Amino acid sequence: MPGLVHVTTTINGNQTDFLCEPRQSLLECLRDVVGMTGSKEGCNDGNCGACTVNMDGRIVCSCLVLGVEAQGAEVNTIEGVASAEGLHPIQQSFLENAALQCGICTPGFIVAAKALLEAEPDADEARIRHWLAGNLCRCTGYDKIVRAVLDAGERMRAG
Amino acid sequence: MRAIDYQAPTSLSEAVSIMAANGDRARPLAGGTDVLVQLRGGRREADVVVDTKKIPELNTLNLSDSGLQLGAAVPCYRIYQDSAVAAAYPGLIDAAGMIGSIQIQGRATVGGNLCNAAPSGDTIPPVITLGGEAHINGPNGWRTLPAEDFCTGPGRNALENGELLVAIQLPAPAANSGTAYLRFIPRNEMDIAVAGVSSTVQLDASGQTIQSARIALASVGPTPILATAAGDSLAGKAVSDEAIAEAGRLASEAATPITDMRGTIRQRHHLVDVLTRRTLNIAIRRARGEE
Repeated sequence: MPGLVHVTTTINGNQTDFLCEPRQSLLECLRDVVGMTGSKEGCNDGNCGACTVNMDGRIVCSCLVLGVEAQGAEVNTIEGVASAEGLHPIQQSFLENAALQCGICTPGFIVAAKALLEAEPDADEARIRHWLAGNLCRCTGYDKIVRAVLDAGERMRAG
Repeated sequence: MRAIDYQAPTSLSEAVSIMAANGDRARPLAGGTDVLVQLRGGRREADVVVDTKKIPELNTLNLSDSGLQLGAAVPCYRIYQDSAVAAAYPGLIDAAGMIGSIQIQGRATVGGNLCNAAPSGDTIPPVITLGGEAHINGPNGWRTLPAEDFCTGPGRNALENGELLVAIQLPAPAANSGTAYLRFIPRNEMDIAVAGVSSTVQLDASGQTIQSARIALASVGPTPILATAAGDSLAGKAVSDEAIAEAGRLASEAATPITDMRGTIRQRHHLVDVLTRRTLNIAIRRARGEE
């Protein structure tokens, strides 16, 4: 029976140490070990995107990453999106455009949309829909989410 | 998931000795987008997961005069974000950019797609038509297999216990050649191919005559299929709708699909015909530098 492994990683800019079993996913480690429950478990097999986090500059499904793989990595989660000054423009525009209902998919959408808009703030609707194809929402029908991301892109371009 | 041990070797020899010591109880890990789902769901078992991402040879993405050395642990996004690789191998990019979601493409690898040996693996047909070779290392040293011989059945590959797929070597694209991959799914993204076809053509300098062609099929048999007769039928022929239609018919004949939740035998034969003609036309335009 393999024991616990000590993992040192950076989560939202803070060095974080945790102990986990090698079989535990990064999502389980974030939620159950570190106590950061913002990232959600939907399907647990890479289809729904509710667990999306940014790892070393790429969005990934944290359910498909082992916690031990986060050793030395830079992980950014929904908890790191807002700043001390207030909500991120994407969060503000999700609120104002009513882009969420039950909210389970929202952290994944926001982390994914943030990665897109930081690289391509002028992403158009087709690009946004393609980028977000790995995030499922059973409430909104997606239109309000796409409009919120377009709106957030405008806000981010305006600085 | 039952308990596993996790090893992250930093050299190929270390990885192979861990693999060899654990036999069929060891499972290599690259992007994890298939293997972690299978381990969690009980469809595969392992005592040791060997993370291959810290091994230099598996992380190489090297374009040179001799072609592309594509390390087995290189994720899809690195392939399509490399503009020189994307320009040289648009048919590979067709597939690498359509697997799963952006999240999946951030982790999933072409090497893993081959090792997972799903009949529907989107990157496998273009690797086959491009003349890809699997470079394998194990306790007995190196060996090389043509990509079309790597998958041996649904979920089964040619690796022996202790062996690792290290890299896929694609030859340099010949002058006046082009490749394209298309799949049919009932939506735009995030689905498994009902059928997929890759075509590679090499034209003469005038761009009017096909010197050689290779056609490979996904999701229409127990493994990806190299449709040899369909490709060979085009050799020496002038580019024409008739020649392309004949290749489509022969490719459809090479398919051995089943009926399942995604499609029927009849639909899949039809799709192979259509996708073969479409990918040949795209590959010809690419060979002529028209797109």
